[in-house]
Amino acid sequence: MGDKNRIMFIQGNEAIAEAAIIAGARFFAGYPITPATEIAEVLAYRMPQVGGVFIQMEDEIASIAAVIGASMAGFKAMTATSGPGFTLMQENIGYAIMVEAPCVVVDVQRGGPSTGLPTLPAQGDVMQSRWGTHGDHPIVVLSPATVQEAFDLTIKAFNISELVRNPVILLTDAVVGHLREKMIITDEGEIEIINRRETKLPPEQYKPCKGGVDFVPDYARPGTGYRYHVTSNVHDEEGFPATYSHKAADELIKRLHKKIDYYRDKLTYYKSYYAEDADVLIITYGCTARSAKDAVKILRDKGVKAGLLQLQTIWPFPYDVVEGYAKKAKLVVVPEMNMGQLIGEIERAIKREALGVNRADGKMISPAEIVGAIKGVLKDG
Amino acid sequence: MVNIKNYLRLNKLPHIWCPGCGNGTVVRALITAIDKLGFKKDEIVVFTGIGCSARTNAILDFNTIQTTHGRTLAFATGFKLMRPEMKVIVITGDGDGAAIGGNHLIHAARRNVDITTILINNSIYGMTGGQYSPLSPQGAYATTAPYGNIEPPFDICELVKAAGATFVGRGTVYHIHLTIDLITKALSHKGFSFVEVISQCPVGYGRRNNMRSPYEMLLWQKEHAIMVKQADKYSKEDLKDKFLIGELWVNHERTEFMDSYNALVKRLSEGMKGGEV
Ligand code: SF4
Repeated sequence: MGDKNRIMFIQGNEAIAEAAIIAGARFFAGYPITPATEIAEVLAYRMPQVGGVFIQMEDEIASIAAVIGASMAGFKAMTATSGPGFTLMQENIGYAIMVEAPCVVVDVQRGGPSTGLPTLPAQGDVMQSRWGTHGDHPIVVLSPATVQEAFDLTIKAFNISELVRNPVILLTDAVVGHLREKMIITDEGEIEIINRRETKLPPEQYKPCKGGVDFVPDYARPGTGYRYHVTSNVHDEEGFPATYSHKAADELIKRLHKKIDYYRDKLTYYKSYYAEDADVLIITYGCTARSAKDAVKILRDKGVKAGLLQLQTIWPFPYDVVEGYAKKAKLVVVPEMNMGQLIGEIERAIKREALGVNRADGKMISPAEIVGAIKGVLKDG
Repeated sequence: MVNIKNYLRLNKLPHIWCPGCGNGTVVRALITAIDKLGFKKDEIVVFTGIGCSARTNAILDFNTIQTTHGRTLAFATGFKLMRPEMKVIVITGDGDGAAIGGNHLIHAARRNVDITTILINNSIYGMTGGQYSPLSPQGAYATTAPYGNIEPPFDICELVKAAGATFVGRGTVYHIHLTIDLITKALSHKGFSFVEVISQCPVGYGRRNNMRSPYEMLLWQKEHAIMVKQADKYSKEDLKDKFLIGELWVNHERTEFMDSYNALVKRLSEGMKGGEV
């Protein structure tokens, strides 16, 4: 560890705010909501210090709209919210996908549906993060389990969003958001930062919505000689509405998906723990991975060959990774703080049934609960 | 005379508006004002939302951004705060700006962000086929008000003024020189400026409300508008079904949002050593 590394004892939400600044975010717009508010509070303090702008908007719809406006102006921008606010943001998240405006949206999950359990954790927004906005669209969703991961994945979220010009959702939860833990910020000069690729073509040749070899269009800052139109209607490579062109619709929607596929390796993150030789493989994400890790220790002590696959990227869903790790396992277990959301995708990947361990009452799933469920099944078998 | 063609994306013409629609006249007024002020095309960004009014910007040769329904001012706010050197113009309609976008409108006015908003008020949702809006007159007919509209409309200029806008004016398509003048003043004003332009939608509104031709609708504008400077010559009774046009409100006292923000940043940098956090 170099001298320039900073060791901090810090809350998950604070770590996200700090990481956003290091990633290069210079715009934050938000609306207060528990348990996400600390992110706005820290950035209200930090943004003016680093030459950025913080603004508290009139609601969540306005917050994400302002973020997209700042992004189209050429800056890295972020908002943070929780379930009900995330729901309000969905329309404009779809807009950002369609006009390829990179941005980061943090959803610190709490219990739902509706206002649900305002101060208690949940993992109920897994499907909303994937399909909350209408239409066929790609999305990238990252989920941290620790404060350190909250920090690291926030930087990755910005990098990915700039790389593919798509919103990235950081799907965290009240546990990780409010937890205080030791965190290390490595020498800032050594942190990889990715910026939007800008066009090298002269304005007459520039096509704002034409994908490159990686299917991602080059960006041009408005007001620098490049005058183009932006619309979320189906549009051609020039960016003008092509509502009645089936061909343009087909090409655009497919290209939006292809660019995410192209970078799949660069945006798939996961961690494994005793997973290689596991008979019992626990697959989970977010705060539940913390309990799952303990469950693995307990089971190993009891002689059960258990292991953990923690998904940090949950969308696009890493089918290959899951299938690969689950191959040798006799039992796949999926604990989630919901009634069963990602388990469907896991079963699709492994092509057999998995054991769900679920609760949606605002309480974390304990290691003992996971162990109990597994032992119950092993006994039966 | 301004050469309108210089400011249009000619390859995007013809536009999609119905014959007799007021939108084209408003576009012409905006171009004339911009030409008068000598802005460079590159320093202007025109935001729109959804509806017939939103189709104004695809044909304009500026930086143009069409956003989601009603949210335009929130998008424009984010953009303007990061690119304060650019001239940000929002074109909206009565449905887009006063209904779904009403909350964003009053808050943009309250913040006094340096954005010019032109609200084309044709009293109807044109693009979806003629439903009543919060600016439709009481008693007017619409597809969703087949027995006459029972809701009273906003006076959108009064609303925006009360919310904190620092320049408010109302023109009409008929009083086009006044409208050009108001847009010119609004664009030169620092702070949130707002111009309502009473316009005609012969297809969605006129045909259901005894004004079959654009001519009749322009005549209606002529007969119902009263210059604000002459308002005191009329009795309350006379003014009942009339509306005021002209420069309705100017306030130079309030500080523009970015000026306040920059003052805060300056305060911070003076209070702290270089780069210290
Ligand atoms: S529907 Fe009305 S507002 Fe829309 S283009 Fe036609 S006349 Fe104009």
